[in-house]
Amino acid sequence: MEGLEHSLFIVELFNKAFGKPILAVLGLLGIHPKNTQNPVPDYIVMCLIVALLLMLLLGLSTRKLSRIPSRRQSVLELIIETFENLLVDVIGEEGRKYVPMIGSIGLFILSANLLGLVPGLMSPTSKLNVTAGCAISVFVYYHWQGIKAQGFLRYLKHFTGPIPALAPLLFPIEIISHFSRPVSLSLRLFGNIFAEELLIIIIASIVPFVLPLPFMAVAIFTAVIQAFVFVLLACIYIGGAVAQEEEH
Amino acid sequence: MIKTLKALGLLLLFVIAAGCPLLAQESAAVDPVKASLFRLSIIVGGAIITLAAAAGAFCQAKAISSACEGISRNPGAAPHIRFLLIFGLVLIETLVIYALLITIIILLIQWGKYV
Repeated sequence: MEGLEHSLFIVELFNKAFGKPILAVLGLLGIHPKNTQNPVPDYIVMCLIVALLLMLLLGLSTRKLSRIPSRRQSVLELIIETFENLLVDVIGEEGRKYVPMIGSIGLFILSANLLGLVPGLMSPTSKLNVTAGCAISVFVYYHWQGIKAQGFLRYLKHFTGPIPALAPLLFPIEIISHFSRPVSLSLRLFGNIFAEELLIIIIASIVPFVLPLPFMAVAIFTAVIQAFVFVLLACIYIGGAVAQEEEH
Repeated sequence: MIKTLKALGLLLLFVIAAGCPLLAQESAAVDPVKASLFRLSIIVGGAIITLAAAAGAFCQAKAISSACEGISRNPGAAPHIRFLLIFGLVLIETLVIYALLITIIILLIQWGKYV
């Protein structure tokens, strides 16, 4: 299956423009990339494109906000309300304050998944590094919010289970299950997007003209579903960390 | 008559154009000593994803059918049931995706070609 992928035009352009200074800075830090031709890998360039796109689109459309929403503003409000409703459904009324984190991660993953369908670009989420970054940030964030909402000792009590006598047994199990969460989050997203791109590549190498089209239509569906699932699981983790246990 | 012939001709041309890359496929040379290992890895990789897909499809079918029963008995509880359904389907699907990743890794390594 080698030789089916080629380096993208935009990545080469980016490396021609910024490759030398980045190499110099990395050399000062003592890092020497193996590939001196393209020191910036393709997924980082794609992440930058997604970030720029989101910043430009969302930033430009939040200018001139008014009480009576214009068309742009109502689309934005629809997006925010979707995330808010999800958080309120899962966590409850106090879940509204997690909208910035959940919304930005959801929008990033959704647009990153959909970016792979544009010719000449690829999905940054089809590399494990990007999805692991998203999953680790969710992992750190929900622990931080749990500690912030309940205090350190009461948050640690979450891990011990209901019966104090069984605590030494349950504590390691809970720790392992918490560490398996970012692994499953990142591998699920990476596996879905990577497999979908690989499927399109293989189908296109057999019949390049019409046959990939239905698979690309399915890819739109998978991209939306996977972004939703990632956001949903992040909400559930935050809800589990923040929930106050009843006294008993 | 001529119109249908034209349409048929276009269709034929299209099919040939779409299928011509099939003829250009060539088989890669495999070291004959390691060929049995290569064949075995392909069989194992295919078997993994087949078993995982079958088991996962069965479990997802069970989950969806019971969710449908629940919704048809009590349509008022539909949002809750849908939420739980999607959550459960995701957890089932994750295991199938793990199996798919293992298959892809096995097939990409191509034992016997390099080992």
